[in-house]
Amino acid sequence: MTTLRLFLRSPAAIVGLVLFLIVLAMAASAGWLFPKDPLSLAGRPLIWPFQNPRFPLGTDNSGRDIAAQIFHGARYSLLIGLVATVIAIGIGILIGAIAGYYGGWTDNILMRVTEAFQTLPNFLLLLMLVAVFGSTITTVTIAIGIVSWPAPARLTRAEFLSLREREFVQAGRTLGLKDARLIFGEILPNALPPVIVYASIVMAVAILLESALAFLKLSDPNIASWGNLIGLGRDVLRVQWYVSAIPGVAILLTVLAVSLVGQGLNDALNPRLKGR
Amino acid sequence: MSELLGLRSVSVRLPPNADRPYALENVSLSLGRNEILCVVGESGSGKSMAASAVMQLLPANVTIDAGEILLEGRNLCAFSDAEMRQVRGARIAMIFQEPMTSLNPLLTIGDQIGEMFRIHTGLGRDEIHARVQDLLKEVRIPDPERAAAAFPHELSGGQRQRAMIAMALALDPSVLIADEPTTALDVTTQAQILALIRDLQKRKGTAVLFITHDFGVVAEIADRVAVMQHGRLVEEGRTEEVLKAPKHPYTRQLIAAVPPLKAPPPRPISPETILGIENVSKTYASGGFLGRGRRVTKAVDGVTLSLPKGATLGIVGESGSGKSTLARCLVRLIEPDAGAIRLAGRDLVGLSREEMRAARRHIQMVFQDPFGSLNPRRTAGQLVAQGMIVNGTPKAAALNRAKALFEMVGLDAASTERYPHEFSGGQRQRIGLARALALEPDVLVADEPVSALDVSVQAQVLRLLAELRQRLGLSLVFITHDLRVAAQVCDLVAVMKDGVVVEQGPVGAVFGSPRHAYTQALVAAIPGRDFALAD
Repeated sequence: MTTLRLFLRSPAAIVGLVLFLIVLAMAASAGWLFPKDPLSLAGRPLIWPFQNPRFPLGTDNSGRDIAAQIFHGARYSLLIGLVATVIAIGIGILIGAIAGYYGGWTDNILMRVTEAFQTLPNFLLLLMLVAVFGSTITTVTIAIGIVSWPAPARLTRAEFLSLREREFVQAGRTLGLKDARLIFGEILPNALPPVIVYASIVMAVAILLESALAFLKLSDPNIASWGNLIGLGRDVLRVQWYVSAIPGVAILLTVLAVSLVGQGLNDALNPRLKGR
Repeated sequence: MSELLGLRSVSVRLPPNADRPYALENVSLSLGRNEILCVVGESGSGKSMAASAVMQLLPANVTIDAGEILLEGRNLCAFSDAEMRQVRGARIAMIFQEPMTSLNPLLTIGDQIGEMFRIHTGLGRDEIHARVQDLLKEVRIPDPERAAAAFPHELSGGQRQRAMIAMALALDPSVLIADEPTTALDVTTQAQILALIRDLQKRKGTAVLFITHDFGVVAEIADRVAVMQHGRLVEEGRTEEVLKAPKHPYTRQLIAAVPPLKAPPPRPISPETILGIENVSKTYASGGFLGRGRRVTKAVDGVTLSLPKGATLGIVGESGSGKSTLARCLVRLIEPDAGAIRLAGRDLVGLSREEMRAARRHIQMVFQDPFGSLNPRRTAGQLVAQGMIVNGTPKAAALNRAKALFEMVGLDAASTERYPHEFSGGQRQRIGLARALALEPDVLVADEPVSALDVSVQAQVLRLLAELRQRLGLSLVFITHDLRVAAQVCDLVAVMKDGVVVEQGPVGAVFGSPRHAYTQALVAAIPGRDFALAD
C-alpha cells in the first residue's frame, strides 16, 4: 500500500499510468468501436485525417480505416509486449538465479552463454530467428522474448550474488531448507523489485522490436499491428506521411507510458528514495 | 575552565514522519580548552546528531530549531556556507567510525592529507610534502614515506584511522570531534588509537569532543562525560564522579549493564562431551594463475576443542582470527577441509547433503546481524515456524508452537503476524533465538549474538540466554570479540589468533591469569578495565 502511495506521488508516474490506461482502453474497446475486420477495405485510399467524418484518422494506401487499425493495433502491441516480456523475464530470472546462487562453474557457463547472446546485436538475432521459423505472430513474439532475456538475467544474477551471502539465507540453510526453496522462496522475493522495474524497459523494447520487424515487412502481415501500418506507409512516406506518422505517435506514446510507469515503480520500490 | 565550544539550549527538529519530534532537545554542553569531553549514549540518543549540528552538516529536512552553537563566542548557526567552510577542517576537524568509507579509495593517503593544505593554505609542493610527513610521524604510522604513497585499501584499519587523525590535525584545529572513532577497530588497535588521541590532545592542547557508546572507552579517555538519552542530556560531570557515583537512574542503568570482566564462580561441568571438534582446518586460496602467485590463508588451522554437555564454550579473538569461520564449519555452512566434528559421537563432516539436512536440527545457529538474518518478506511467525515445517511439522501446529516460543523468548505471542522491520534490534535477536530453538537443538552456535546491540539490550539478551540455557539444558558455542561478554556467559573459553587456538581453559583462569602473551595483550587492551574491576 505504501508502494502504491509512493508511486502516485510522482507526477511523471501518473502521466505514464494515465497514458497506459488510455492504450489499454483502446485495446479493450477496439472490437466494440470497430467491429469490422480492420484489414478490410473501407473506402477510398489515402483520405487525409479530419476530412471524412467516417474516417477520423483517414485511410491508408489500400483504403483501410487507420483509426480501426490503431485501435486493433493496440491489442497486438500490448499482447506482443506483454508475452515477450514474460518470456524474457522468465528465462532471465531462471538463468540469473541459478548462476548467481550456485556460482563457480555453473555461473561461468551460464554467463558465457548470456554473453554470447549479448554480443550478437539482438535485432540481427531476431531477424535470423524470424527468417528460420517464419513470421507468424506467435513465432515473432517468442523470438522477441528469446532475444531479450540476457539483461534481466544479469540483473537477477547480480541481486542473487549479494543476497546469497546474507545471513537470512544462511539461516535458512541451517534450518535444512532445500536449494529450490532457498532460491525461489527466500532470495527471489527480495531480488524481484529491480527486475520488475526492468521489465517495463523490456516491454517497451519488445513493442519497438515488433514495429521494426514490421517496418521491414518481416512481421506477421495478417494482423493489424502498428508496425505493419508504418511499413505500409513507407511507400507513400513523402506525400501521405500521416499513414506512418499516426501509428508512429501511438508507439511513441505507448513506449513512453510504459517507461514512465517503470520509472515510477523504480522510485517507489527503491528503499533509498523512501521518505525523500 | 575557559570555554572553547558551547551548545546553548540547542534543539534540532526532525522531519514530521520521524519517530520523535526532536533529535536534540534543549541540549547545553560546554567544551573547554585542553580537555576531552565524552558524549555517551545508546543508538538513537542523538549523540551523533550533536556532532553534525556543530559542523552544520545536518541531513536535509533536519534543522536547528532553537539555541546557539558558540565557537570562541561566535554563533556558528548564523554563519554563511562560505564562512562555515573556513571553520570546518581548519578550526573544527572530525574523524569518523569507519575510516575506509571516509577516505577516497582512488587517492593516496599523502594526497588526501596534502589536500587539506592545498585547500586551506598557499603552501608549495615540497612544503606540503614535508608537512604530510611530519603529520604521519606524529600519528606514529610505521614507515611514513610508504604510508603516504599507499592507497587506503593497502593499510590496516588502525593505520587508516591514524591517517584520518593526521588529516584532521593537519591545520591545527582547536576542536577535534571524534564520532565513535574506535568502534570498528579490534580491541588491541582500539587501545593504541585511544592512547594516540590522548597523547596528541595533551601535546597540542586540542579540545576533543569524543562520541561513544562504550563506558569502557569513557573511563579510558574522558576528562568529563555527558550522558544522553532520547535527545536529552541526562547527566554531566567529571568522569570519576559520574562513573563512581552516577546520579541519574539512566546512567546507573547503563553502567550496571556493562558486564564486569571478572567471571562469576564456575558452574559444575558435565564429564560427557556433546560436541567434539577434532583438528578442523579450513584454508582459503585466492588469486594466482596456474599455481603462481597464489595466496593461501589458513582461516582455521587444526583446531581441537570439546564442548561438554550443558556447558558454554566461548571462542574469542579479534577480526580475522578465524572464529566465525570455525562457527560456520560447525554447522557446515562452510565445508571444513580436514578434521571431524562429532555431534553426540556422530561425525558431521562425513555426512551427505541429504543426511546433513536431517542432522541440522540437532545443531542450530544464531547470527550476529539482527537486521540481515531475518528475511524481510516473511512474518516473524513464519520465520520461526519455517524450520519446523521443513522438518515435517504440520503448518498450523508449527505456527502455534511459534507463538509458544515467542513467549519463551519474552516476545508478545500476538506479534507473530508482524514483519521483522516492525521489531527493534533486541527483539529481532530474540526472534532469531526463537527460530534456532524451534527445532529443539542439542547444540546452539551463537556467532556474536549481542555485538550489534546496545549495552542495555545486550544485557537483557544475555540474561535470556542464560535463563534458557538453564531451563532447556542447552549446550552453547558462543563466538565473541568482547571479553567482558565472554567472561559473563562462558564456562570454558578458547582464545583464537590467526586460525589457531592459543589458549583454552575455564574462563576464570584464562582471563584471571592468562598464560599466553596474546591473551595477556587482549586482556590488557580492554578499555576501562580498572573501572570495571573496581565496580
